Amino acid sequence: MKFRFNFFATPGGVIIVGLLFGALAVWLQHSGNPGNMGICVVCFNRDIAGAIGLQNAPIVQYLRPEIMGMVLGAFMAALIFGEYKPRGGSAPFTRFVLGFIASVGALVFLGCPWRTILRLAGGDAHALFGLAGLIVGVGVGVIFFRNGFSLGRSQHLNRFSGLLMPALMLGLVCLYLIDPPIPGQPKNGVLFYSLKGPGSMHAPFILSLAAGLIVGFFAQRSRFCTMGALRDVMLFRQFHLAMGFAAMFVAALVLNIFFGSFHWGFENQPVAQPNDLWNFLGMVTCGLAFALAGGCPGRQLFLSGEGDNDAAVFIMGLIVGAAMCHNFGLASSTAGIGIHGALATIAGFVVCLFIGFFNCKRA
Amino acid sequence: MATKIDTCGLSCPQPVLMFMNEVKKDADGEFDVLVDTDASKENVTRAARNHGFKVEPVDEGNDVVRLEIRRN
Repeated sequence: MKFRFNFFATPGGVIIVGLLFGALAVWLQHSGNPGNMGICVVCFNRDIAGAIGLQNAPIVQYLRPEIMGMVLGAFMAALIFGEYKPRGGSAPFTRFVLGFIASVGALVFLGCPWRTILRLAGGDAHALFGLAGLIVGVGVGVIFFRNGFSLGRSQHLNRFSGLLMPALMLGLVCLYLIDPPIPGQPKNGVLFYSLKGPGSMHAPFILSLAAGLIVGFFAQRSRFCTMGALRDVMLFRQFHLAMGFAAMFVAALVLNIFFGSFHWGFENQPVAQPNDLWNFLGMVTCGLAFALAGGCPGRQLFLSGEGDNDAAVFIMGLIVGAAMCHNFGLASSTAGIGIHGALATIAGFVVCLFIGFFNCKRA
Repeated sequence: MATKIDTCGLSCPQPVLMFMNEVKKDADGEFDVLVDTDASKENVTRAARNHGFKVEPVDEGNDVVRLEIRRN
């Protein structure tokens, strides 16, 4: 391990990264991404699941290049700065299940922690309930950590193992270039494309990919984590990551106000559902799953780019979970929660409690 | 004799948590924390400095660093 100064791990560095991410998110929204959805890791993985046919909801199918960029950007940063370290073997299936559950909670609320603050920055008052739920969910995770929660140690893996996730993402980029969207066509080759709804709204491919690469690169350097931001404040009174989180909110808020895309209130909010009890509870489940897995969905993408196979397994759980949310009627729509959304949210929370309890050393 | 804390293979927040738990037991103690990722190295170093310790990293080889944490 080399001893070099990492500016982005300093308070100034993480604040600059947060400001950059907030600005990029608003830029993506103004370039075609859905409202308050410049970056949403769960929504975008759900769209990818639709693009490759894992779920057939016609309004949420698009191979979001931001996700590929986020992994590949982190991979490049890890290679350049000597932090590419293939590792894995820390309770992989538990992490898959946590990824699955995180998707359920997030798609009941309609947003991951990244989108929670972007929704708030766009004036969506429902996001207050989501943020409150996220804080409570992470808080429950903190209780488990205080009681010795651990998913165990990972092991070093061979250099090839860590390449699989970046290679998969590169493969998806190639797939997009081979089968690009054709106006008016719901499918090209093997990829599905939404013709209406959020899946049809996207920034140009190259812009989305570039934004993802920038986010991935700087998130890897700064260790940016939206869940860790809340967890570290509760667990250690440590505000380092929270400064980045707050900076992202401030940048998005200021730019939304500047560009006239800030609309405060509960009505007519883009890609939002009106039932605030389940907005809250969905994010409680989601926050707990992220806390137990050790990182928000963005951080899991960046870790997978560094060669962390456990984070890659979490992402696979997230994608499968997102697909099942639409196949099984768990995901919300603008009309309200899905027919089985409430049951799945509670079941996911209970499973997380079991995972937490049985992985505490002092249990 | 420094208290040895091996955090290799553990993801955040566990390395910082393990260090802080030892600090609670002995606030003026000496600690040698083994870390194997840059993120853990930065996090433990930051936590230690915030609690008035100085930190000296020593390369142990095989991607492991020993953080020698002592009172200022």
